[in-house]
Amino acid sequence: MGYTITEKILRAHITKKSINPGDFINAKVDFCLGNDITAPIAINEFRKTGAKKVFDKTRIALIPDHFTPAKDLRSANQAKMLYEFAKEHKIEHYYEVGRMGVEHALLPELGLVLPGNLVVGADSHTCTYGALGCFSTGVGSTDLAAAFIKGECWFKVPETIKFVYHGKLKKWVSGKDLILYTIGQIGVDGALHKAMEFTGEAIRALPMDDRFSICNMAIEAGGKNGIIEPDKTTVSYVNAVIRKNKPKRKGFKLYKSDKDANYADVKEFDVSKIEPQVSFPHLPSNAKPVTKARNINIDQVVIGSCTNGRISDLEIAAKILKGRKAKHGVRLIIIPATQAIYLEAVKRGFAKTFVEAGGVFSTPSCGPCLGGHLGILAEGERSVATTNRNFVGRMGHPKSEVYLASPAVAAASAIRGRIAHPKEVV
Amino acid sequence: MKYKGKAHTFGDNINTDDVIPAKYLNTQDPIELGKHCMEHADKNFAKKIERGDIIVAGKNFGCGSSREHAPIAIKGCGVSCVIAETFARIFYRNAINIGLSVVASSEAAKAIKEGNTVEVDTHKGVIKNISKKKEYKTEAYPPFVEKIIKKGGLLNAIKR
Repeated sequence: MGYTITEKILRAHITKKSINPGDFINAKVDFCLGNDITAPIAINEFRKTGAKKVFDKTRIALIPDHFTPAKDLRSANQAKMLYEFAKEHKIEHYYEVGRMGVEHALLPELGLVLPGNLVVGADSHTCTYGALGCFSTGVGSTDLAAAFIKGECWFKVPETIKFVYHGKLKKWVSGKDLILYTIGQIGVDGALHKAMEFTGEAIRALPMDDRFSICNMAIEAGGKNGIIEPDKTTVSYVNAVIRKNKPKRKGFKLYKSDKDANYADVKEFDVSKIEPQVSFPHLPSNAKPVTKARNINIDQVVIGSCTNGRISDLEIAAKILKGRKAKHGVRLIIIPATQAIYLEAVKRGFAKTFVEAGGVFSTPSCGPCLGGHLGILAEGERSVATTNRNFVGRMGHPKSEVYLASPAVAAASAIRGRIAHPKEVV
Repeated sequence: MKYKGKAHTFGDNINTDDVIPAKYLNTQDPIELGKHCMEHADKNFAKKIERGDIIVAGKNFGCGSSREHAPIAIKGCGVSCVIAETFARIFYRNAINIGLSVVASSEAAKAIKEGNTVEVDTHKGVIKNISKKKEYKTEAYPPFVEKIIKKGGLLNAIKR
């Protein structure tokens, strides 16, 4: 019996030769990360054990991206803990405000997470990097503290569900729409504790940014990891980021699932039938075609986050907003995920387009996605957001509402002041 | 371990923003986090909890973010144990890692009602509904997880 890509990567990080779903393993970690919310607990736990040294100062990233630039005094104190720990242990990959970006956009961009790697992060959207063909998953702060000390993490080897996407995407349909649609089909626990392997001609035709969006939201279906077999698109992306940023660890390995690998389930979709999607409150699984969202007036639009704050996301938003204006009374908030994306958006004129459309163009931050800052919703307010969760009170008041969508739908909705299909405005 | 307390029931997909909204994540203090526990799902939850009480919920409890503040808030407000039909994976491992007992039992989670007095014996794998004189089997912890719990949490378990 063959192995899936997930099983192969896990097997390469343990001493045992064989591996089966359900096995408990202690695996070697190639890279780990924490942010200004999760790392402070990990740092406290690390100190409590009396540990003197981290396992490898080149394999840890500390990224203050959630409540930064510090939104209040307590947040400033938490961010300071990261800086001090990084200084004390000479952690190479600490990113201060000004170099910082939303972690799951920043690490791939810098070439710090690579195909075939095993990555853990104290953040649930760590599953994003599976788009590169690595095993990557979210863990807790205590897990991160253990990884700091030992460079290892415990796992239960997951079964894999294969998601096969046939056909060609319609205009205005993106990776975000595919993942919202998929979660709509299987539910928020449809892949509970399982690996989600995304494949098929429609996936192979997608650029990296869309693939990151898809793997990013595997957690919203309960998945342990999302993963896409690396191909030419992956390799040319990885080679380009390595050339540009010259990370110390350059080696990577391409894994593919065996033909006779075992899957818990196989789901097949014809993407040519999928419309742009909107996930209604209060679960990502409440996905509907955008045409079903009639007369839903909005107060705010957020374009950004680890799901959709990349350059192609800003590009499509700018294309729709160019020469148009956000409707009076709608707050349009655009947050590039990293400083490199920010600069690129300035260079290509997107920033100007956003400001001329009546929007704000912010410094990178997770900000409003989790109701932190930079766009909190008041009681009764509604936002369309390119983020990943629309739980009760996620972006502010418990009686506010978040509708999840792609950057194209978000931009069109800003112009109309209600949820809108991009073809209505372009 | 044995726990006994009054049941507080919740539905499916109770997420970590329900357990502890992100606006409180600028502290790590269990007592302070505990004051806001389950605020989005039940505004008065933290006030009505008595030490040792038990949360009983449906499917996918703890879905959403990786914030360890969620099990810390539950422990911090005095809840002794969570029974659910199923648990989201990061919440489940976080609870194990910090020593909050989490017990999966579909049968018990469906049958126990708000206010019932419940007793959980994690070693024997038994949940008793004392109010209704009913008994349910729990899914036993896998031996690997049992070892972490016996050592008193993950960091104690990895110490040489």
